[in-house]
Amino acid sequence: MPMIEKNGQKIWQVRDRKAQFIRWAMWFFGTVAFLMAWKVISDGTEWYYVQTAPQAANDIITRAWPPKWGYINKLWGPIWDTVNIATIGTIVSLMLAVPIAFMAARNTTPSMLFVRPLALLVIVASRSVNSLIWALLLVSIVGPGVLAGVVAISIRSIGFCAKLLYEAIEEINETQVEAITATGARPWQVMVYGIVPQIMPSFAGIAVFRWDINIRESTVLGLVGAGGIGLQLNSSLNILSWSQVSLILMVILFAVVISEWVSAKVRGAII
Amino acid sequence: MLELKQLTKTYKTGDQALKAVDLTMPAGQVLALIGPSGAGKSTLIRCVNQLVRPTSGQVFLAGDEVTGLKGNALRRVRRRMGMIFQEYALVERLTVMENVLSGRLGYVGFWRSLFRKFPQKDVDEAYRLLDRVGLLHMADKRADELSGGQRQRVGIARALIQDPALLLVDEPTASLDPKTSRQIMRLIVELCKERGLAAIINIHDVALAQMFVERVVGLKMGAMVFDGGPDDLVPDVLTEVYGEEDWEATIEKVDDDDDADGDA
Repeated sequence: MPMIEKNGQKIWQVRDRKAQFIRWAMWFFGTVAFLMAWKVISDGTEWYYVQTAPQAANDIITRAWPPKWGYINKLWGPIWDTVNIATIGTIVSLMLAVPIAFMAARNTTPSMLFVRPLALLVIVASRSVNSLIWALLLVSIVGPGVLAGVVAISIRSIGFCAKLLYEAIEEINETQVEAITATGARPWQVMVYGIVPQIMPSFAGIAVFRWDINIRESTVLGLVGAGGIGLQLNSSLNILSWSQVSLILMVILFAVVISEWVSAKVRGAII
Repeated sequence: MLELKQLTKTYKTGDQALKAVDLTMPAGQVLALIGPSGAGKSTLIRCVNQLVRPTSGQVFLAGDEVTGLKGNALRRVRRRMGMIFQEYALVERLTVMENVLSGRLGYVGFWRSLFRKFPQKDVDEAYRLLDRVGLLHMADKRADELSGGQRQRVGIARALIQDPALLLVDEPTASLDPKTSRQIMRLIVELCKERGLAAIINIHDVALAQMFVERVVGLKMGAMVFDGGPDDLVPDVLTEVYGEEDWEATIEKVDDDDDADGDA
């Protein structure tokens, strides 16, 4: 008990003796574990390389600067591919995510017993694998190139879009749906008039948000051969052409900034 | 016109919302359903158009059985019953005109409704009704830009464009101020008279009910405990329906001031 009576005085402490000891012991063992882990990492590190890290970094930076500006002419194509992979991938994934979301939402699913678990499984499966790994698999299935990238991006995005969308569907106002049903509307009409207008803002927000993420993801897909600017990045890294790498990184940065700006504008316009 | 026979609804939780209610309404009668919260008023009107499936008992609309209908047959009978809601239940992000026209969904095919290609006579009727409820100038506004009273007028227009024989009205004034409440009640009752519609109006406000309707039915714990004219609502009856309370002030006759000028 935090309150002890001593000589007729009530002495109050935040914790009693036992709780105080447990906290002290936890801090003690935590500190010991941290120091031990530090030791293990330290033993496994080649400190010679760490010591030369500033020189190595300086070396790369001096070789990377100035960027090889002329190389930009070879990048227009790949950056256009990258934007296309993101955009087409997002559109395809939305087309697949919408029906899956309706099947996964409790209030619109045709069957709680079979269809809903299946839809949720699709969502989880798509979300659990990184798009780089999807791309790796798809390059060996459909061959290297932009198509593998588009498919990888769309598979990866289905789960994200469907999950957010089905949560939006579950949060709609049911009396609006009831009112449309009461007019004698067909089930599809109830969907178009009662449900769709209510989820439109979420849908638009999800679409631009995912497109913005996909721009960033598609810049690296080329590392595994799935098209886009990552392809140039990979080959420049392989030939240690740091002045090309720095230009590519600048182009990627520029593309991402633009996409963030566009999606912020679009979301601002919707809300 | 409308006949309920031994209508019973027991929810999955075991709550008995309706206990064998019998009710017969002639065509064109406007009826107020009073009773405390949880008495089963909303359940009763939702059982009439099968938004809530009754556990047992039957509903007949103009001699046709409504209970047990499914699919297209149910949709066809729902077209003949317009419904008006407490919180208006307009589709907030659609325009006033789209909301009114949505009352015709039971008559229009899916593709036409998807592209908002409603028949010209429906569009004409929608404009006529908006004019009648005083909102013609608001036709292209979005529903969430309107005030409460205006939204309820749109709700009324949506119910009427169905060309119903019966109106089911669930607490039409519970979210409105006293003056707007009277205007809305007056509008509903006038429109019922104009078109010879029957109506069941769920209502909390006993004085308001007395002012406008010709028949009052009291519901308590899912059972009918009163059925009579508005003048039969004496304190003893209200005690029976709602429980012990001083009722004299509630049923004092309220003057029906002619304030049809305000536009709510």
